[in-house]
Amino acid sequence: MSRVHDMGGRFGDRAVIPDAPDAPVFEKDWHARALAVTLAAGALGQWNLDISRHSRERLAPKDYSRFSYYEKWMAALADLLVEKGVVTERELRAGHAEGGSPLSDRKLMGANVAAVLSKGGPVDRPGPAPRFKPGDKVQTRHPAANSFVAGGHTRLPGYASGQTGEVRAFYGCHIFPDAHAHGRGEDPQPIYAVAFPAQALWGPTADPRDEVILDLWEPYLEPADG
Amino acid sequence: MPHDHDHDHHHAHAALPSEPALRVKALETLLTEKGLIDPAALDAIIDTYQNKIGPKNGAEVVARAWTDPAFKAALLADGTAAVSALGFYGRQGEHVTVVENTPEVHNMVVCTLCSCYPWPLLGIPPAWYKSDAYRARAVREPREVLAEFGVALLPTQKVRVWDSTAEMRYLVLPMRPEGTDGMSADDLAALVSRDSMVGTGLAKGAKA
Repeated sequence: MSRVHDMGGRFGDRAVIPDAPDAPVFEKDWHARALAVTLAAGALGQWNLDISRHSRERLAPKDYSRFSYYEKWMAALADLLVEKGVVTERELRAGHAEGGSPLSDRKLMGANVAAVLSKGGPVDRPGPAPRFKPGDKVQTRHPAANSFVAGGHTRLPGYASGQTGEVRAFYGCHIFPDAHAHGRGEDPQPIYAVAFPAQALWGPTADPRDEVILDLWEPYLEPADG
Repeated sequence: MPHDHDHDHHHAHAALPSEPALRVKALETLLTEKGLIDPAALDAIIDTYQNKIGPKNGAEVVARAWTDPAFKAALLADGTAAVSALGFYGRQGEHVTVVENTPEVHNMVVCTLCSCYPWPLLGIPPAWYKSDAYRARAVREPREVLAEFGVALLPTQKVRVWDSTAEMRYLVLPMRPEGTDGMSADDLAALVSRDSMVGTGLAKGAKA
């Protein structure tokens, strides 16, 4: 049921190593190129952000684990480019084009970069009236799984699945990734900040005062008793 | 239940060279030859995040909040509108919530599922934010992680961890250091580190 990217709470990782204050934004030149190629390819409009995230999550667990951050981006991008028919696997193997592309008129031009980046891609949409309000107790879906597609994309982490939390804020309706990553439209759903006591998630070793807050879409939630 | 490509997914990326820099180069060359990438666009994207957009934007927001009570109230009420008014809206910062550190609460931000981060305010996330160790541990043992960053909490502070599971992007408003009364917003901004706005640091000069 679990996916390798869903690592919140996992045991076995070592200390976090902070970057030096003067560390460069991009540790290596190819990191910068990888980010730029990914954004430029995304601008062709052949997939959305949720499809893009899902393509990284679908990497084989051993690849996901051994690849560095931008290697994951490159591998997922290559998979998407072939899957969506933007390039062929032969072209990928050869490293050269065997023909032009009908998408070339969508190419992101250097002169348009600033406008595209500053425009962003807001995900708030008109949607159904919210079922919950701040202060309500809610129970999260268990298991943490996409209800439309077996093994599909979801943004409910495993560690917060089957837990009882309290709604702290209602943020309006946002595009629902579980649908949007799988060609099922935007399907906007109410989204909430939901707080979980750390001890409920992790047991008595956690500080009784601490809490974790997640942003969760309404389909992940049911009313909790009491 | 319908299946998509998950079970028969063919990993096309295996066709690329294994060395990462060559992988990127191969994709860039192929897409450029196909007329799908303008090399000038790549340079512009890199220049944007290397030189133009970074933690100094977030630091300006924090310093303004420390010196302008009306702005601070607006920022906490509607982060998106308040940072947009300063020009800090854009990709990966379309929806912004600002959370305030106080003697009672210390906030820290993580994305356990990937690496969501408020780009227009803080730029591209640092390596530690994207690391498995931070993603795995920040939610389960935030106090141990904070200790690794050298952050000493006040005994009165609870820890509130924000897992960025959606498109809401979180910015921590750190506590203003003592002894900074009368400092200008520009001078104050220099005290605001990137990590203090993620919650893995404190503003410089602050005791906690």
